[in-house]
Amino acid sequence: MIEVRNLTKRYRGGTAVDDLSFTVEPGRVTGFLGPNGAGKSTTIRLVLGLDRPSGGFARVNGRPYASLDRPLTAVGALMDAGDLHPTRSVREHLRWLARSNGIGERRIGEVLEATGMAGVARKRAGALSLGMKQRLGVAAALLGDPGVLILDEPVNGLDPEGVVWIRHLVRGLAAEGRTVLVSSHLMSEMALTADHLVVIGRGRLLADTSTEEFIAAHAGADGAGASLEEAFMRLTGASVEFRSGGRR
Amino acid sequence: MSGFVRAASAEWVKIRSVRSTAVTLGLFAFVALGLGWVVANGFSAGGPAADALLPVFFGLLTAQLVLVTFAVAMVGAEFSTGTIRASLAAVPSRGRLFAAKMTAIGVTVAVAALVVELAVYGLVRLVIGGAAAPLSEWWTVEALLGGWIHLTLLSVFTACVAVMLRSTVVSLSVLLPVLFLSGQGLGNLEAVKPVVQYFPDQVGMVIMHMTRPGDPQFGRDYGPWEGIAILVLWTAAALVGGWLAMRRRDA
Repeated sequence: MIEVRNLTKRYRGGTAVDDLSFTVEPGRVTGFLGPNGAGKSTTIRLVLGLDRPSGGFARVNGRPYASLDRPLTAVGALMDAGDLHPTRSVREHLRWLARSNGIGERRIGEVLEATGMAGVARKRAGALSLGMKQRLGVAAALLGDPGVLILDEPVNGLDPEGVVWIRHLVRGLAAEGRTVLVSSHLMSEMALTADHLVVIGRGRLLADTSTEEFIAAHAGADGAGASLEEAFMRLTGASVEFRSGGRR
Repeated sequence: MSGFVRAASAEWVKIRSVRSTAVTLGLFAFVALGLGWVVANGFSAGGPAADALLPVFFGLLTAQLVLVTFAVAMVGAEFSTGTIRASLAAVPSRGRLFAAKMTAIGVTVAVAALVVELAVYGLVRLVIGGAAAPLSEWWTVEALLGGWIHLTLLSVFTACVAVMLRSTVVSLSVLLPVLFLSGQGLGNLEAVKPVVQYFPDQVGMVIMHMTRPGDPQFGRDYGPWEGIAILVLWTAAALVGGWLAMRRRDA
C-alpha cells in the first residue's frame, strides 16, 4: 500500500506538487494520470525519498521509504529507463542492484527471463533500444520480488508488442495481490490497464475514482462515444499549462 | 550481511563493470611506469642518495592526474548517467551510500596505487641498479609508504569534491589545473608558497623527498609525517563536505 498525505513540493520556480493526498490499494492497478508537467514524476520521487517534501508525507507499507532496510524487496520502481551507465552490461546493472539489497544471483536470471532480456544480458546498456531499456527497468523493478510496484511511464518507447506485454504484466502483478501504481499521460492505455485512477493536474488531485466511474462521471452531455481520453481532456483542460491547439 | 557491506559490495560491482575503470587504471600504470623509465634512464648518480627517489615519484606524481580522473569519474558518472536515482532507491540511507562509495573507490585506488608504485620502484631499480634508493633504508620505505598514502587520500579527496560538484567535467576543470599547476612548482613560488604549500596535493611532497624542510627555495614549513597528517585533515574535511552535500540535496 502507498499512502500520500498532504504531500507538497515547492521549487524556486513554483509548486510541483500541491497538498496531494491519495492511497494506492493492493490487488488492483492504479493509473496515475496527468498531462506532462502535472507532477506525476515529482510525486513518485517524493514517495521514493529521492526528493524531500516541502510538506506532508508519503508512506509505503506504513513506513517512510527511506526507513526500509532492503527497499528493493518491498518496492520496485521504474523511473527514467535511460538511467543507465552506457558501458555497463545488462547483467552487471542488475547485479549491483541485487548486491545492494542482498538479493541472490539466481534472481537476476529469473527477471532476465521474465522480461525477455536473457538474450541481451551481456550487451552494454548504451547499445539497447529505448524499448529494451524499458524492459531492463522493469526487470530491475521486479528484482526484489516486491509487493509494491511503481512504474513511471512504462510504455514509453515500447513497440505495440511491448505495450501489450506491459499491460499483461501489470495486470498479472495486481492479480497476485500486489500494489501497482502506473503513471502515464496516455489515457487510452490506462483505460485498458487501470482499475482505479488517480488524476492530477498542476500538482493537485483532480480525481480519485474507479476507471468506470471516471468515464461515466466525465462523459459528455450527449453520453454517446464517451471515452477516457475525452473525459480526461475535459477534466484536465483547465489545468494544462501549454496546449498546442489554442496558440496557432 | 550488514547494510553497509551490501552497499559497498554493490559499489564494487559498479566500479569493475564499466570500461573506464580498466582504461584509466591502465593508463595510470602506463604513464607512471613510462615516465619512471624515462627519468631513470636520464638519472646520473653522484647527488644525495635520496635523489634516487626522483625517478620513482616523478612518474607517479604525473600519473596521479589519471588516478584522480578515475576517482572523480566513478562519482561523476552516477550524476551524469542518472544512476544516482537508482542508487538512492536501492540504498536510501545517504550516509550509507556515501560511505560505501568512498570505501569502494578508496580501496580500489589504494590497491592500484600500491601495485603501480612498487612496480615503478622495481623498474627504476632495474634501470639505475646500485644507485637506486635501498629498501634497507628507512627513508626509502617511508617515502614509498607516504607516496602510497598520498595517492590514495588525494584520490578520495577529489572523489568527495566530485560529490559536492556532482559532475566529472566540472570537478576535473577545478581540480586538474590546481593539481597540475602546483605540480609544476606553484608551491615553490615565494609569493604564494605560505598558503599553497598546505594544499592537499603539496603536503605529501616532503615525505616523497620531492622537497625538504628548511630548503631556502623548495622548503616546507612542516616535516614528512606532519605533511601526511595535514593530508588526512584535508581528506576528513572533504568527507564531511561530501557527506553533507549528499544528505542535503534532492537527487
